[in-house]
Amino acid sequence: MDFSNESRVLHRCSAQIGNLLLRSLWHLVHFIISICNFTLDIANVLESYLISSGLLGRYKSLHIAKLRYLAIVIESEGAYQTLKIIELLQWLEAVGVKHVCLYDNEGILKKSKDFILENLDGAILFQDAHENNVLLDQQHMTLEFVSFSDGKEAVAKAANVLFMKYSKSGVTDQNQKEKIFTESQMTEALKTVGSGGPEPDLLLVYGPARCHLGFPAWRIKYTEIVHMGLLKSMNYGSLIKAIYKFTMVRQNYGK
Amino acid sequence: MERIRERVIQIYGNLVSLLQKCIFCILSVGPIPNHIAFIMDGNRRFTKKCKLMEGAGHKIGFSALMSMLKYCYEFGVRYVTVYAFSIENFKRSPEEVQSLMDLMLEKIEEILKEQSIVNRYGVRVIFSGNLKLLSEPVRLAAERAMLATAKNSKAVLSICVAYTSTNEIMHAVQESCEEKWDEITLLNSSGAGYGLISLGGYEQDEMDHLIKLTDIEKHMYMAAAPDPDIIIRTSGETRLSNFLLWQSANCYLYLPSVLWPEIGFRQFLWAILNFQQIHFYLDKQRKQS
Repeated sequence: MDFSNESRVLHRCSAQIGNLLLRSLWHLVHFIISICNFTLDIANVLESYLISSGLLGRYKSLHIAKLRYLAIVIESEGAYQTLKIIELLQWLEAVGVKHVCLYDNEGILKKSKDFILENLDGAILFQDAHENNVLLDQQHMTLEFVSFSDGKEAVAKAANVLFMKYSKSGVTDQNQKEKIFTESQMTEALKTVGSGGPEPDLLLVYGPARCHLGFPAWRIKYTEIVHMGLLKSMNYGSLIKAIYKFTMVRQNYGK
Repeated sequence: MERIRERVIQIYGNLVSLLQKCIFCILSVGPIPNHIAFIMDGNRRFTKKCKLMEGAGHKIGFSALMSMLKYCYEFGVRYVTVYAFSIENFKRSPEEVQSLMDLMLEKIEEILKEQSIVNRYGVRVIFSGNLKLLSEPVRLAAERAMLATAKNSKAVLSICVAYTSTNEIMHAVQESCEEKWDEITLLNSSGAGYGLISLGGYEQDEMDHLIKLTDIEKHMYMAAAPDPDIIIRTSGETRLSNFLLWQSANCYLYLPSVLWPEIGFRQFLWAILNFQQIHFYLDKQRKQS
């Protein structure tokens, strides 16, 4: 009897030691990964300073016209740093970006909308500036404020708009049904419910991870998504690098 | 001599396998992703780069897919989704589309065989997308595969063919509308409708909320799987190309620069490690929304 008890205790001890060893190895591996990422960050910061100071020639002239609509996703904590956001928008204005969409999951930026517009010279709301969603060439920068409710919930509202059309005319007629449930009809319906902005060409994510945090799905089909790091450590050089890389991209759109 | 060489290769293979198992053992201390999705980009570029015959890149890409599936299922990832063919890909030359369809047909037959990965790991295969756009032989093969693997319950492989996210959303909205209409008609015919068929019986506020978000989500092609934890797109492109746009709100995008046929254990490892580093943040985001 004692023998089997002892072997059970021994088995339990060795399992615990094995477990402890595995956990230590896991922490060690992640510690090494953190060091690697830290080194990469330092290299990126150095490169950004070189770009900001104009020493790297190829970043001096950007084909900014290629960037028609820029979206910026900011994670919730960063969305409270309104002054940083204004600084970022001022950099974008200096570079020549005309139309910017600001997104955060919880709608914090929507609350700071007035403050941002007051402190950014000459900026106006996107909704006030355009007609029929055509991006007019103008002097002022336009800003659009979007949150999570403009994504999935807006699609549900748009679905109700389409349902109204369906119930009024499309139920018995197959042709009518095919005309109602098309992607362009959905785009129109989204505009009707107030969530129909244009599709951004480039989306910059200011947060801990490369993740679009719920930016309206309908609008990011072919949008380039770039991770910029945390808002509090934003710098001009990496912004220029991201825009430059975007202007060099060539898309096939599936072909 | 030949036998010694074979033996050496076998021992090497076993060592590599053992090393991979040890690494998985260590990694499973941390969070294991439940669902990984792959955008298999770069097959044509690989063909050009290695100066191969047309279509060879896709064939090698298929072997790369089998390896990645093996790593996923060995590590304990329950759901894997792959972007095999987009609706936009139909715009390619007819010869290319036909050769891709032929490859798909060949590979569907292959994965249903006894010793294949699907049976080894108990994988249920689902084809997500607008299957009506496929030619009949491919569609029938897909339906056969789904039927044959319906009883498997250890893991799920979703193959997105004739798929785009916008088409998926549109299809879900249409199905929701048709279902809601049938519901109202049924209520009306059973006498409980009070004339709802003309929708005059609803308040304006109610009419705006007839179709709910949950109705739309249950009609999505990808409704059988949870939202992905990681989306891996090879060849360094930084866009989703109309793939899982609805489901990727809190999903980590890993974008290695290797071409799809070149993807291997190293990239898989790196994706898992990065996922584990930010998992706490993404999980918090997911719980909030």
